[in-house]
Amino acid sequence: MQSPSSLRSFCAAAKEMTVRDALNSAIDEEMSADSKVYLMGEEVGEYQGAYKISKGLLQKFGPDRVLDTPITEAGFTGIGVGSAFYGLKPIVEFMTFNFAMQAIDHIINSAAKTNYMSAGQISVPIVFRGPNGAAAGVAAQHSQCFAAWYGSCPGLKVLSPYSAEDARGLLKAAIRDPDPVVFLENEILYGEAFPVSAEVLDPSFVLPIGKAKIEREGTDVTVTAFSKMVGYALKAAEILEKEGINVEVINLRSIRPLDRATINQSVRKTNRLVTVEEGWPQHGIGAEICTSVVEESFDYLDAPVERITGADVPMPYAANLERMAVPQIEDIVRAVKRACSRSARGK
Amino acid sequence: MVLGRSFEDMCAQMYYRGKMFGFVHLYNGQEAVSTGFVKCLKPEDYVCSTYRDHVHALSKGVPARAVMSELFGKATGICRGQGGSMHMFSKEHGLLGGFAFIGEGIPVATGAAFKTKYEREVLKNDKADAVTVAFFGDGTCNNGQFFECLNMAALWKLPIIFVVENNLWAIGMSHYRATSVPEIWKKGPAFGMPGIHVDGMDVLKVREVALEAVARARRGDGPTLVECETYRFRGHSLADPDELRKPAEKAHYAARDPIIALKKYLLESGLVDETDLRSIDKKIDEIVEDAVEFADASPLPPRSQLLENVFADPKGFGIGPDGKYRCEDPAFTAGTAQV
Repeated sequence: MQSPSSLRSFCAAAKEMTVRDALNSAIDEEMSADSKVYLMGEEVGEYQGAYKISKGLLQKFGPDRVLDTPITEAGFTGIGVGSAFYGLKPIVEFMTFNFAMQAIDHIINSAAKTNYMSAGQISVPIVFRGPNGAAAGVAAQHSQCFAAWYGSCPGLKVLSPYSAEDARGLLKAAIRDPDPVVFLENEILYGEAFPVSAEVLDPSFVLPIGKAKIEREGTDVTVTAFSKMVGYALKAAEILEKEGINVEVINLRSIRPLDRATINQSVRKTNRLVTVEEGWPQHGIGAEICTSVVEESFDYLDAPVERITGADVPMPYAANLERMAVPQIEDIVRAVKRACSRSARGK
Repeated sequence: MVLGRSFEDMCAQMYYRGKMFGFVHLYNGQEAVSTGFVKCLKPEDYVCSTYRDHVHALSKGVPARAVMSELFGKATGICRGQGGSMHMFSKEHGLLGGFAFIGEGIPVATGAAFKTKYEREVLKNDKADAVTVAFFGDGTCNNGQFFECLNMAALWKLPIIFVVENNLWAIGMSHYRATSVPEIWKKGPAFGMPGIHVDGMDVLKVREVALEAVARARRGDGPTLVECETYRFRGHSLADPDELRKPAEKAHYAARDPIIALKKYLLESGLVDETDLRSIDKKIDEIVEDAVEFADASPLPPRSQLLENVFADPKGFGIGPDGKYRCEDPAFTAGTAQV
């Protein structure tokens, strides 16, 4: 059964909204609705946000609710977690998720595991958000994709939006959710504008956590992607359409829980699967999706699963090398053609 | 203090009999610090501990039965057997844990103090004055998170007391071999808060310092760093052969046993007599025996418990209690939807 929300975004959209504004409005509305929600991180206040996501929030809510922290990821993340133990709802912004590695002890050990360790006594309604993955020319220590690492951890919910609608709906859901949520944004997408419907702009709009979206319906092959790669997959699909290959693009939206039902349902329809991600190949998101499909829909596969990932190297700096280290639209086109040309039954 | 000592001695016995397993870190010798501080607190105040948390839990009011059952891994434990010795949590008693990594509890405790301040200033609740006490050891005082939190607690004037239980040893690493400036109390003023050194083997001295620090925090004057000189009579954990500490050092501190010292003081000042002390000992023995019997008789967690409590809301927000997506509620754009 198709999710009606996938049809909604194609209705007469009067407005366009950038992902940046979508995130800003989501945080703004949730902070207005619930005084227990607060934002903390480096440069979120007076600087208006390292990437201007929190623009205007300090002026609106004051320094008690929009906290500029010292450069102490471990310390302030732990403080956020501790305040969430007894009912506050912090949004912890990491300038990039690479910096969150200094705080990963608290994300995993104090936030993710606490509800389980305390047998349900103490839940941690916290959101960890920030840009994830490669940007442009920021080199190895600023370009890692953390979806796979966080996605393997029980006790965390991991989300990754693509469009403005995703950004608004998923962030609002994450803030209201009583469990720790890792919210992986993308710096390149911040400035990109998407059409948004009236429902998306409503202050009560939320998207379900754990549900993927079929961005483009198709019949010949399923392509899964999240975040920036969804855009690339859609462009690749347009190119392939001209060559007679009809691609179904799934925007994962939720890395954990992964929407295995939607993915498998799609593969049972198209019989071919290509997974796309920017992160490293070993133990990546594509590996998990491939296994899920092999476990549940093996008999429906007409060809082996194709996995497109970032190169198995730390991100190089030189622009031409960087381009080779992350998937490009041509790579997706090539992989889809490969998946479609191999056949068990001569299709 | 007597409860703490008897309880921990019983833990050792139970461990060697195989009833308890994994990592168990006993508190013998340090009872004055826990009692001295925690007994100054109100029920709404918070305590955050480390893996050496049994006695902090008992001092804060967690029943001995619940702690013993947790150690045996039974379903009647304070965390239903899911936490164990190192992860005692009690929402009801304000016990924030129970952390295995040293230094991990300090930011969490600072967060609980932050919550008090937030409640007063943003949520405008004048009655919010809960104070947080963070217990940790000498080894932790070289860890980055400790300094990060001293900075932020002083910067934001948080109602927290940082209590260092300096027992001179971090497993087998002597404090003096690991620390450039061994006087930990000196690090408080470097961050803008008072740094106090107290004899952690004397419960009355600890209490005097504690009362002042708690009052200071509750008034809103900010954090305090208290270094308690104390000693653990047993090894780091029950698996530690404890070969590196010199017998002379152990004898020196054994002579300063906080329980013996307090008993002596009480008798000499005529506040109690021998029979009173014996009846306390007897009562405590009964409590501890009862805790063991209760834990023994309690059931193991059911198999279904394995997958429980990973999330507070497993379906994730966005899916309503009736299983439908909340955004499909027709009342959504009317702004009347139940979210």
